[in-house]
Amino acid sequence: MAYSDKVIDHYQNPKNVGTLDKSQKNVGTGLVGAPECGDVMRLQIEVDEATGMIKDAKFKTFGCGSAIASSSLATEWLKGKSIDEALTIDNMDIVEELNLPPVKIHCSVLAEDAIKSAINDYRVKNGMEQIKFEESVVH
Amino acid sequence: MLKLPVYLDNNATTPMDPRVLEAMIPYFVEHFGNAASRNHPFGWEAEEAVDYAREQVAKLIGADPKEIIFTSGATEGDNLAIKGVYEMYASKGNHVITATTEHKAVLDTCKHIEKSGGEVTYLQVNSEGLVDLKELEAAIKPTTILVAIMYGNNETGVIQPVKEISTIAKKHGVLFFTDGTQAVGKVPVDVNKDGIDLMAFSAHKMYGPKGVGALYVRRKNPRVKVTAQIDGGGHERAMRSGTLNVPGIVGFGKACELCMQDMESDTLRIQTMRDKLERELLKLEEAYVNGSTQHRLPHVSNISFKYVEGEGLMMGFNKNIAVSSGSACTSASLEPSYVLKALGLGDDLAHSSLRFGLGRFTTDEQIDYTIDKVSTTVLKLREMSPLWEMYKEGVDINAIEWAAH
Ligand SMILES: Cc1ncc(COP(=O)(O)O)c(C=O)c1O
Ligand code: FES
Repeated sequence: MAYSDKVIDHYQNPKNVGTLDKSQKNVGTGLVGAPECGDVMRLQIEVDEATGMIKDAKFKTFGCGSAIASSSLATEWLKGKSIDEALTIDNMDIVEELNLPPVKIHCSVLAEDAIKSAINDYRVKNGMEQIKFEESVVH
Repeated sequence: MLKLPVYLDNNATTPMDPRVLEAMIPYFVEHFGNAASRNHPFGWEAEEAVDYAREQVAKLIGADPKEIIFTSGATEGDNLAIKGVYEMYASKGNHVITATTEHKAVLDTCKHIEKSGGEVTYLQVNSEGLVDLKELEAAIKPTTILVAIMYGNNETGVIQPVKEISTIAKKHGVLFFTDGTQAVGKVPVDVNKDGIDLMAFSAHKMYGPKGVGALYVRRKNPRVKVTAQIDGGGHERAMRSGTLNVPGIVGFGKACELCMQDMESDTLRIQTMRDKLERELLKLEEAYVNGSTQHRLPHVSNISFKYVEGEGLMMGFNKNIAVSSGSACTSASLEPSYVLKALGLGDDLAHSSLRFGLGRFTTDEQIDYTIDKVSTTVLKLREMSPLWEMYKEGVDINAIEWAAH
């Protein structure tokens, strides 16, 4: 199966690889997937406390090229968004942008899960309730 | 001079040797006859060519030409051997013994046997990928008619103790079938020294054409028979009907002759390159060879690079280097390699594996290039891997409660 140019580009030049200090109150961390499943994604957001905007996002991913590309793209999209806007990112947007084939949809689901999990981590740290999400369908 | 792309997937298939192609060409247009046409020169020429190829094939494995049944490949050979013995020896029993690391062509055929009322024992292998001879012997019962254990494994290259296995089978009056697809032509295989009663193998794994192979069926001590799975004109001593693929068979014969002639020099060169590749790649931290390194085909190396995922890894160089991975992401089932899991590898290590299969046309320059590309990609992906970061920080990854998928 051939990869789309966009997947290849993100794979070769991933955006925002790295680690934010998870002990900071304004950093939310999401760690999803499992080594046994062949994919683990860690996505972090740093929120500007004055404006409530996401000012930085970083990821590290263990997984296939599509998983790496999905998380790289997600961090790009997250930067400059408010938390509420970030919550609207849907895995199908990632599928569309990266031209992922059906067998790679779960890689994008993982990225969406990572975003939500990072946001919930941030919310809990800042005295807010966790948002309950529906179980992702495709895994 | 470095020749790109680098093909290191010779366990999947090998390129055809140009000398094989040369031998085949006259049998398409010029000598196109049907080997079963007994009454004119067109048929005679074809028959003569097939007879000659049959000798070439038989010689490579120390068999008599009459013991060679031409097939379409090893999948057919596996089916014919197992189903054919099961049906032919139904009055003796219905129990077959095989192993969990066999090729799907054997495992799925065994499933078929189970569905049609037979009984199959699947032996486990140890962490080296080898079957336990005591377990094998203990599994034999009065109804056992066949032991089916492969010669060399397609994923790890691990070579089973074939001679010891056949000795046990013989002692109990049980037939021994081996899938020799990966081993024949690469290491010395001798049906008499190894005590093999039936053996399937395939031309396209030994620099011959695709779509042709053979089943060796012993004719003496004991005389073995299989029930045909393809009925028709009674070709191949009525064990496999169908007009013979003359050019394919000619190519197969030539391929066998070349393997025999070049085996020693090929093996020496290929094994030296394989060992260098392995030695250099194992200099990376947390890299492990899968399967026995002592009992192994000379051209195979299966390595897990912990904390990077196989498909992601291959993407770093698959434009220029062809290898294969045990990662689930490359398979439709999303299950990592059952062969590696049978060796006791965790899913994570199975996901992190690459199989390197070298061949006759692999060059030193290509190996150096591969060492460099694979190493740099592993390092790059580890920088991107959350698991690598955790490992480096001393976090126990197994202690984390991962969300179940
Ligand atoms: C061990 C083994 N058995 C059987 C086969 C099937 O061979 P063929 O492609 O000739 O049907 C293969 C090839 O994938 C193999 O490696
Ligand atoms: S992470 Fe497994 S297919 Fe993408």
